[in-house]
Amino acid sequence: MWLSSSTIGRKVVMSISGLFLILFLTFHVCMNIVALISADGYNAVCRFLGANWYALVGTLVLAAGFFVHIIYAFWLTMQNRRARGSERYKVVDKPKSVEWASQNMLVLGIIVIGIACFHLYHFWYNMQLQEILGNETVNVAACAVGAGQALTNASVHDGYAFIAATFSNPVVVVLYLVWFVALWFHLTHGFWSALHTLGWNNNIWFNRWKVIANVYATIVCLGFAVVAIAFYFKSL
Amino acid sequence: MSTILDSKIPEGPLAEKWTNYKAHQKLVNPANKRRLDIIVVGTGLAGASAAASLGEMGFKVLNFCIQDSPRRAHSIAAQGGINAAKNYQNDGDSVYRLFYDTIKGGDYRAREANVYRLAEVSNNIIDQCVAQGVPFAREYGGTLDNRSFGGAQVSRTFYAKGQTGQQLLLGAYSALSRQVNKGTVQLYTRREMMDLVIIDGRARGIIVRNLVTGELERYAAHAVVIATGGYGNTYFLSTNAMSCNGSAAVECYRRGAYFANPCYVQIHPTCIPMHGSFQSKLTLMSESLRNDGRIWVPKKLEDAKALQAGTKKANDIPDEDRDFYLERRYPAFGNLVPRDVASRAAKERCDKGYGVNNTGLAVFLDFKYAIDRLGEDVVRQRYGNLFQMYEEITDENPYKTPMMIYPAIHYTMGGIWVDYELQTTIKGLFAIGECNFSDHGANRLGASALMQGLADGYFVLPYTIQNYLADQITVPRFSKDLPEFEEAEKNVRARIDKLMAVQGDETVDSIHKRLGNIMWEFVGMGRTKEGLQEAIKRIEAIRKEFWTKVYIPGEKTGMNTELEKALRVADFIDMGELIAYDALHREESCGGHFREEFQTEEGEAKRDDANFSYVACWKYKGGGEAPEMVKEDLNYQFVKVQTRNYKS
Amino acid sequence: MEKTINFTLRVWRQKDAHSKGYFEDHQMEGISGDTSFLEMLDILNERLVKEHKEPIVFDHDCREGICGMCSLYVNGHPHGPEGGCTTCQLFMRKFEDGSTITVEPWRSAGFPVIKDLMVDRSAYDKIMQAGGYVSVNTGAAQDANAILIPKKVADEAMDAASCIGCGACVAACKNGSAMLFVAAKVSQLALLPQGKVEAARRAKAMVAKMEELGFGNCTNTGACAAECPKCVSLSNIARLNREFIKAKLAD
Repeated sequence: MWLSSSTIGRKVVMSISGLFLILFLTFHVCMNIVALISADGYNAVCRFLGANWYALVGTLVLAAGFFVHIIYAFWLTMQNRRARGSERYKVVDKPKSVEWASQNMLVLGIIVIGIACFHLYHFWYNMQLQEILGNETVNVAACAVGAGQALTNASVHDGYAFIAATFSNPVVVVLYLVWFVALWFHLTHGFWSALHTLGWNNNIWFNRWKVIANVYATIVCLGFAVVAIAFYFKSL
Repeated sequence: MSTILDSKIPEGPLAEKWTNYKAHQKLVNPANKRRLDIIVVGTGLAGASAAASLGEMGFKVLNFCIQDSPRRAHSIAAQGGINAAKNYQNDGDSVYRLFYDTIKGGDYRAREANVYRLAEVSNNIIDQCVAQGVPFAREYGGTLDNRSFGGAQVSRTFYAKGQTGQQLLLGAYSALSRQVNKGTVQLYTRREMMDLVIIDGRARGIIVRNLVTGELERYAAHAVVIATGGYGNTYFLSTNAMSCNGSAAVECYRRGAYFANPCYVQIHPTCIPMHGSFQSKLTLMSESLRNDGRIWVPKKLEDAKALQAGTKKANDIPDEDRDFYLERRYPAFGNLVPRDVASRAAKERCDKGYGVNNTGLAVFLDFKYAIDRLGEDVVRQRYGNLFQMYEEITDENPYKTPMMIYPAIHYTMGGIWVDYELQTTIKGLFAIGECNFSDHGANRLGASALMQGLADGYFVLPYTIQNYLADQITVPRFSKDLPEFEEAEKNVRARIDKLMAVQGDETVDSIHKRLGNIMWEFVGMGRTKEGLQEAIKRIEAIRKEFWTKVYIPGEKTGMNTELEKALRVADFIDMGELIAYDALHREESCGGHFREEFQTEEGEAKRDDANFSYVACWKYKGGGEAPEMVKEDLNYQFVKVQTRNYKS
Repeated sequence: MEKTINFTLRVWRQKDAHSKGYFEDHQMEGISGDTSFLEMLDILNERLVKEHKEPIVFDHDCREGICGMCSLYVNGHPHGPEGGCTTCQLFMRKFEDGSTITVEPWRSAGFPVIKDLMVDRSAYDKIMQAGGYVSVNTGAAQDANAILIPKKVADEAMDAASCIGCGACVAACKNGSAMLFVAAKVSQLALLPQGKVEAARRAKAMVAKMEELGFGNCTNTGACAAECPKCVSLSNIARLNREFIKAKLAD
């Protein structure tokens, strides 16, 4: 199968899974923005994405996307390290046009995925998973360690409560902000690089894609960050 | 004279000779081709195109090169272009005109039949290269573009930016790569030919040194083709690459191949002047620059003095005080006179004290007028990469101040003598490209070297070699344990041991530099009888010094770059002597060979057709003895031999 | 007067492919700014030979920036920090007086060291042999002007074709990937009508060979194009990807 046996094939898998995750992020940020506007609206979305068959299928596909993207990332990196040879340069001085992100995608990816696990505990373990297990309410205290507020149980459909609880904790907010920064770097390279790998690039579009990637990554990450910060201030 | 040289020129009218030859030559059938091995030494334009074409035909080819890849051969550095008689510009070009220009440019010292064949196949070369995907420059309509070059009044030069040689070589290299993939060509890189193996009077193999392991290796074949380029590096400083050498040709010469016209050495007029004693090579600026650049020196000696002292700059000298000496002397061709003429004219001005840099050995090549006429953008489009290269090397901006140029050794018209079939005086040994002598006479026109290399490799040798191999189909492959191989390898080993044993205190380069100085001073642009005699004496002294004082560090096994150089310099010394002998005997001035005793009152070359209209072929007589000269008369039957005139 | 400089040259020495390498320091004094980097090494080698030491081995040939033979990694950059030129066209006037200049060989699994600064780049030949050509036999060509090629296309093909096969792209790539080299050839021939016929086969064969020879996967860092002495554009890699994916989808 050329998608695993050829170098470009493997990169195509990285690109397509990456673009898929970008698509997911786009939906996710839109959904988050809803929370800023209306609690009911947000909860309606949460209910929609609860333990319904289509949401579950979606979750599985999404998980597969993540899984493939991560496995391929490690696989490619291992091959690339081997291709680099055993001896390393003593002096390395990267040319200016080489983005820092492009050289550190794996590290950025690990940061992104690490904090994503934390995030999954907050918003997936406590919501969709509990719903699957048949629990109707969970204690949101787990989401808001250290926050000096009285916390009670919340419905697994009450995503708004989870957000409010989670971002009431400044440590968690800072951690999420670090996450968004890493994500921003990862996206700035990942976005145009994916299109490049799919062959959708030329001399004219080269800079255009880079600008679009930067703008896009900024909008997405800013969207996420605004929600997190807004809820922190609301909790004060 | 005991030997009569048969150049095997086919009968018939000039224009039909090649067609007739092809129609009547012997061929080898496909089944037999598989049983015949051919060694090709060299992977430049001639070598790579020959190896690829022979491989395509079904022969088993062994192809050798000195660098790490066939693509490094020095053909790659040719900038300007390649000539062909396509007449795409509708300016009156034809096969005959290209033939005539080449004969005239060569100062009537080339063989008519060969040159006509060259002009004839020139068109096929362009077709072939385009089909291979060579990205020649094009017009907006999608047709091929041309430019003009020295020595011609038509635009017949095809080009690919300033990298024509590179693109043509990569074309040949890709054709070669295809054959390697098919298994018809076996490639041997980082190997240098050390000796030719002759069995029963026929070339049957070579001894090479593996430059990585230092081991000597033997290879056998039914025929040997050498495509090893010229011997310009005899002069130490030249536009040749560092590993260009004349050793393979000299080895063939020692084994009995005649060496023809060694004194015809081309000195290219547009090179970047020398700047210091540490310099390793000279860089050529494409002749195409003379299309739009105007060459001048100051009219007044005091201006020249001021330029040399650095108190005046080129732009301080007004137009009326500038001497556009080529335009003045040669109104019809102006700045586009042939290379030998342009070089000598520059030397003449500098000798008179009009040189324009601190050494007094440079003239201006000025683009101010072209920029005024065409605008900087057009000039940038045409010559941008050359200007950039000039600026990198000299740290001066040629858009603002004129370039400085001076002649330098560039190409060698002389080489191993070959007949019409490109076969040398040793049966089964063929020489193609710059390493043979055949097509350029006493001077080569610009953009003709690429043409000749590819003509030989693609369209001539693959035919003519069959005429030889047709008789060889019953000859089985040779064992490499034959006494002839033993003997040749022993010779090489002895030579290496002798060199390693000297253990003196001089570096190879320092001796090579001294040889180069002697060559440039006495066997360079202006030669005299006394000078040449002096040169022969001094070269003899250099030889003695080399074999008693050279120091080579390291071992003879493994990689040893100093040993490689030393082996080459040993041959350069012999080559230098041969050039001097030939120059001494040729008591006339023609093309690249200028004897100061033989010039007109205006300082133009004075040819002596009555006494010197022949090819001087030198036969090796063994160490210590002067070589013997054998003549091949040049009977001009189709062209009227005239004095070259570029004035009107 | 022209500038002369003094500096310390820190240069990689390695006896052969299997030996362990090390750095060796040399003090260089009074080197003229007009000296090319390779001429500077010549001066040092001349000195070493006079001291009866083995000279530093490095690949070099045409010394006018076109053969692609020279291959030195100078101060953290293939072909030196200057950019847009090969090592042989790098001049000493670009370096600071009193500095330390570090010279290393190309380091990549695909290019094993032969000796000192010389590496084995025969992998590039093998990639070319896998498909870097138009399959046309000598003598089989039609008239050159029978194929009209728009100037823009011809120019773009020429830009791709200006690759000199030096290996700087692999040397610069943190993944040791030869994609730019392969892309340049595939692009040149895919752009031209002569090469389109077998474009799919070529892309597949060359990419497969590249991988077989141990070169890494491209992650589009762009270091290759940034360090390329002939400024071959990164967009060629996009074209290669396109050609390759098209070919695979067509299968």
